Amino acid sequence: MSELAHGADGPIPAAEVPEMELPHPHGWWTTYVFSQDAKVIGIQYSLTALAIGMVALVLSWLMRLQLGFPGTFSFIDPQAYYQFITMHGMIMVVYLLTALFLGGFGNYLIPLMLGARDMVFPFVNMLSYWIYLLAVLVLVASFFVPGGPTGAGWTLYPPQAILTGTPGRDWGIVLMLVSLCLFIAGFTMGGLNYVVTVLQARTRGMTLMRMPLTIWGILTATVMALLAFPALFVGAVMLLLDRVLGTSFFMPTLVEMGQQLRYGGGSPILFQHLFWFFGHPEVYIVALPAFGIVSDLISTHARRNIFGYRMMVWAIVVIGALSFVVWAHHMYVSGMHPWFGFFFATTTLIIAIPTAIKVYNWLLTLWHGNIHLNVPMLFALGFIVTFVNGGLTGLFLGNVVVDVPLSDTMFVVAHFHMVMGVAPVMVIFGGMYHWYPKVTGRMLDSAMGKVHFWVTFLGAYAIFFPMHYLGLLGVPRRYYEIGETSFVPASAHDLNAFISVVALVVGAAQMLFLFNLIWSLWHGKDAGPNPWRATTLEWQTPETPPGHGNWGRELPVVYRWAYDYAVPGVEQDFVPQNQPLPPRAQVAKGDATP
Amino acid sequence: MDTAPLHDDTATRPQGWRSVVADWSSDQRSFKEASWGKVMMWIFLLSDTFIFGCFLLSYMTVRMSTTMPWPNPSEVFALEIGGAHLPLILIAVMTFVLISSSGTMAMAVNYAYRRDRRKTTALVLLTALFGALFVGMQAFEWSKLIQEGVRPWENPFGAAQFGAAFFTITGFHGTHVTIGVVILLVIARKIWRREFDNQQPGFLTGRKGRYEMVEIAGLYWHFVDLVWVFIFALFYLW
Repeated sequence: MSELAHGADGPIPAAEVPEMELPHPHGWWTTYVFSQDAKVIGIQYSLTALAIGMVALVLSWLMRLQLGFPGTFSFIDPQAYYQFITMHGMIMVVYLLTALFLGGFGNYLIPLMLGARDMVFPFVNMLSYWIYLLAVLVLVASFFVPGGPTGAGWTLYPPQAILTGTPGRDWGIVLMLVSLCLFIAGFTMGGLNYVVTVLQARTRGMTLMRMPLTIWGILTATVMALLAFPALFVGAVMLLLDRVLGTSFFMPTLVEMGQQLRYGGGSPILFQHLFWFFGHPEVYIVALPAFGIVSDLISTHARRNIFGYRMMVWAIVVIGALSFVVWAHHMYVSGMHPWFGFFFATTTLIIAIPTAIKVYNWLLTLWHGNIHLNVPMLFALGFIVTFVNGGLTGLFLGNVVVDVPLSDTMFVVAHFHMVMGVAPVMVIFGGMYHWYPKVTGRMLDSAMGKVHFWVTFLGAYAIFFPMHYLGLLGVPRRYYEIGETSFVPASAHDLNAFISVVALVVGAAQMLFLFNLIWSLWHGKDAGPNPWRATTLEWQTPETPPGHGNWGRELPVVYRWAYDYAVPGVEQDFVPQNQPLPPRAQVAKGDATP
Repeated sequence: MDTAPLHDDTATRPQGWRSVVADWSSDQRSFKEASWGKVMMWIFLLSDTFIFGCFLLSYMTVRMSTTMPWPNPSEVFALEIGGAHLPLILIAVMTFVLISSSGTMAMAVNYAYRRDRRKTTALVLLTALFGALFVGMQAFEWSKLIQEGVRPWENPFGAAQFGAAFFTITGFHGTHVTIGVVILLVIARKIWRREFDNQQPGFLTGRKGRYEMVEIAGLYWHFVDLVWVFIFALFYLW
């Protein structure tokens, strides 16, 4: 165990700490339900997130039915429409994307990719999932309470969020805020685990600069989440007090139905600041794991080392840091001193630099690569295209003068769905097609996968590309129906109907994906330990799917970075991270492997 | 596990900033001296700092946004003791008690590393007692204000946000202290029952008990004290 091993650039130190004690399961319940194994917890997180995501998907169909064919469906009244919008947004952003990337992928991949046996505090990790599940259940409960879920819009802006005119004012908003507080508490437990595991529990030879970019993305996103969620927590607690106790943190003096309310003296803008201090980093909490995962997918399936690994790492870290000083670009129309608008526009546009570095590096990784157009690669390429598209419209919206006329139009809806809806979801799909063989031992069916990809990708474009045009026409977002508005031409209505039809088709394609997930459990091709011939540690486990503790008797030792594909002079076209010096015919002077 | 390291390489390691660079570019661990639990507590406290920071910034914002005059804390928090009118006397005592508890906590950590079971138990219990005393005085302060008509939504002295911010922030801090007291009591019991000496596994986590837990609990305790200094300065003195 403590013998000196030699890596690509010098000796590998001996183990510094004894191995962790694993809490071994004592039966069915502690193996599959109350499991303290990060892999099981990751799967639990993923399945729960997918289940609640299905609810949000159905809500989006209902919204599209109303927008495409206004007045046709009598059960969608304006109240219900606002409830659909609110729940769709909140579920997708927080309960699906955040939970799936960090709780799902994070739990499954962090210990495996780092050569650890488990997360550092398995009990706390297990608690994290159960509190997340509780948060989801509280959220779902709001569909069944009198008045239904809140219809305040996913941003929950006071004062309207807690005034009587807003649907779900009685129970829905309370359950939403309680659910958010629970989610944050649960996430904090998991998040502390992810960060400490990455920083303190790597295997021998695994330096920070040898970690796969997936881990860098998840680590940075988790640190950001630990610093950004507090603002949402505080905002949620104070809004809850305003609603339940009648305090006036966010409530100014108000007249409602001719009655002066007992509120007075609060600051609605304060809530917007708290919300967006969380909300903007949240965009990158979702995007950075996607950046990381897509880097690994592209490198693996193009059989080429990632271009500019160090730049990729620093770009992730810089984006993470910058995203804390841009939040007020969501508030240009809230009223702001021009100097602040100038400051926030500048910081926002600066983010384009590290982001562009990443995009160029993905393209340069593909350049002259041996591109395998299998399903994970297709989704990775789809991500790059949709992300660039959403990023470019972000440049429009980041400028104050361009944002003011575009704000609260469909252009904004198109922008954020492209950049933080479709793009990260593409990566989630890509990641699932990529790692499903490790989780189950079987491949997902690739014919179904390709249908799934093309319908989703082309469909997403058919949905969101015309929305930019609608937004430029001035079609407002969040409106139940546009009606006979003079500046909106009749073609806009046809376009809305078209978008709705496509949305239903794309939704149906997701059913195919779910079917594939279940069908392949029994009928998928046997995957073997390393079907993609990938270098990272999770593919080098002694068992597939990996057992409790991940590795056999000995932890793996890491000798190289994660991207040794097509190394000149090496017979195989990939060298796993835990393989000592590669069997090469002649070792050239100046070893090229970093 | 995160017990004592396998090798002691203190002599060969670089010093100062070079050691930071060396640690962060090394494998296995980025903080070479710190156990998992300690790193976790530090990161949690960083996150918690943001929570209290947001609360205090929100308090300052609503204090500016309200149009009503802000009550004078020196008067609101004054007590009549023996006919003398003493502004902020209770808060002064509370602050003194809490700061003293940090002192006893630091001594407890010191004796824990000397494996002095009796003194550690006594000092941890004393710290918990100071904490409970603090929460008790806070409960007294709350009930006095409530009797005088201060509510989260209104108060007779001025801006309604005064009560809202007061009850929210001191309530949140008081909850932290209360949780800290419970943790300290559990730890005192563990020390007294020699669970750290015998490395008995924990009831929930199954991890071996060790004296370092006193230090980790101490980190939390000092943090809660530090937060109180800010609340004291920004809420009571301003």
